[in-house]
Amino acid sequence: MPILEIQGLSKSYRQAGGETTLAIGSITCQVEAGEFVSFVGPSGCGKTTLLMSIAGLLSPSSGQVLVNGKVVHGPPPNLILLFQEYNKSLFAWRSVLGNVRFGLEARNKRGAEADRKARFLIELVGLKGFETHYPWELSGGMQQRVAIARSLAYEPEVLLMDEPFGSLDALTRLELEDSLLNLRDALKTTILFITHDIEEAIYLSDRIWVLSRRPSQIIDEIKVDFSRPRDQVSTRAERRFMEIRNDIYGKIRN
Amino acid sequence: MATRKQINWQGWLSFGLVLLFWEIGSRSAPKLQAYVPPMSRVFVALGQLAISGPIVQHLGVTFGRFLEGYLLAAVLGVFLGVVLGYFRSIHSLLSIVIEFLRPMPSVAIIPVAVLMLGIGDSMIVAVTVYASIWPILVNTIDGVRHIESVLIQTGRTFGLQRRQLLRQVILPAASPYIVTGLRIGLSIALILVTTAEMIIGSKGLGFFILDEERAMNSSNVYAGIMVVALLGYALNAIFLLVEVRMMRWHHGLTARGTV
Repeated sequence: MPILEIQGLSKSYRQAGGETTLAIGSITCQVEAGEFVSFVGPSGCGKTTLLMSIAGLLSPSSGQVLVNGKVVHGPPPNLILLFQEYNKSLFAWRSVLGNVRFGLEARNKRGAEADRKARFLIELVGLKGFETHYPWELSGGMQQRVAIARSLAYEPEVLLMDEPFGSLDALTRLELEDSLLNLRDALKTTILFITHDIEEAIYLSDRIWVLSRRPSQIIDEIKVDFSRPRDQVSTRAERRFMEIRNDIYGKIRN
Repeated sequence: MATRKQINWQGWLSFGLVLLFWEIGSRSAPKLQAYVPPMSRVFVALGQLAISGPIVQHLGVTFGRFLEGYLLAAVLGVFLGVVLGYFRSIHSLLSIVIEFLRPMPSVAIIPVAVLMLGIGDSMIVAVTVYASIWPILVNTIDGVRHIESVLIQTGRTFGLQRRQLLRQVILPAASPYIVTGLRIGLSIALILVTTAEMIIGSKGLGFFILDEERAMNSSNVYAGIMVVALLGYALNAIFLLVEVRMMRWHHGLTARGTV
């Protein structure tokens, strides 16, 4: 059984004038446990709406989402959505440790054991020594690391990521991509990733779904079979990498 | 950021100069002394009143009324503010009523309160609640409405139910606004208690000041005013002390200019 199934999901909005626009056409796809899958599409193609619907934060206009075979009504207990806007999603009144501990508290884990676990995760995302800092004292990349650690503290089976590195500078971005892959290898979390950066999707994913412009639909599925662990230099230098990139770009452009 | 505040020597010096000016001014114009007695005489009167006791009693009464009214306003104001901030439909239903009542000088309702509640403590407390609830209510509404939706969605994706969301996300996120409302409400509450006591009281500092004025005892009038001033100063200082501790995260954030 796939861990995540999306069956004929569509979403339309009523606009101010009373007209309804279709943001998501009809999307059907499945994610297997442990997979890293990405949606790639042009900006404004309804990617965030799609993830919010999968996360149970928006109800789809039609179709349904199943997590572990259970239909999603409201946020499912084994899934976390991580937003791009780390500066808005972190709790400004909690320290780094407090933010990560929140993920454990949401699972009713408190006390010394939870504290150890939170510190372990902070170390894992490379923020050892920053436990008592507040989010605003950290750079953007570090803030997103905190958000990732907080999500992982919840021990989700599925982690949805909405362009998590979209507002970071290029170098920080590469670093975080590698951190994410390492974390995923350590924790075996299933990840559904959204990005408009084609190369990022190829570098990270096992499979890629290419989305069309609004109303978004899956126009192609691409398997990415580079061996892991991947490397920012050699993986991206492979000829096949460029071929996939050009293939996807061609499809999005048309 | 959280550096200990230095003692403001210049500020205290100029405060001392004002007192000195008062003393000299009053002493050099004996005809004025019936209205403005020398500062030293006021201090003597204050000392006598403190030793013989009545002013302490009045202070206790005023403080009790203030505390009751202000705490009620705080609880009610924050509660209603969260409800109105969160549910936009209720807010738009009531926003005109709020905008009409809020700018009205609250002392204007004292006669109505007397008619409805008589001239006891409950009337003074009610007027205090009425007056000081507005800044708390309006700021809390603002604070809740300014919360980023990403923050609420983050709470929800972590499985928080409505009550947890309120306690863990909404209240702390809106707290900078709520604290501002509470600070404004504090001063207003003290103003209203004193004013109401002047109008109907038989106890309390407001009553004491007016009573001594009728007895033409100007030193005692000023002594009463000083006690009210000290009460206001002390309450503000306590509030700021608590605020600095609780809102340290926010001061750091704003000092950096990101909010």
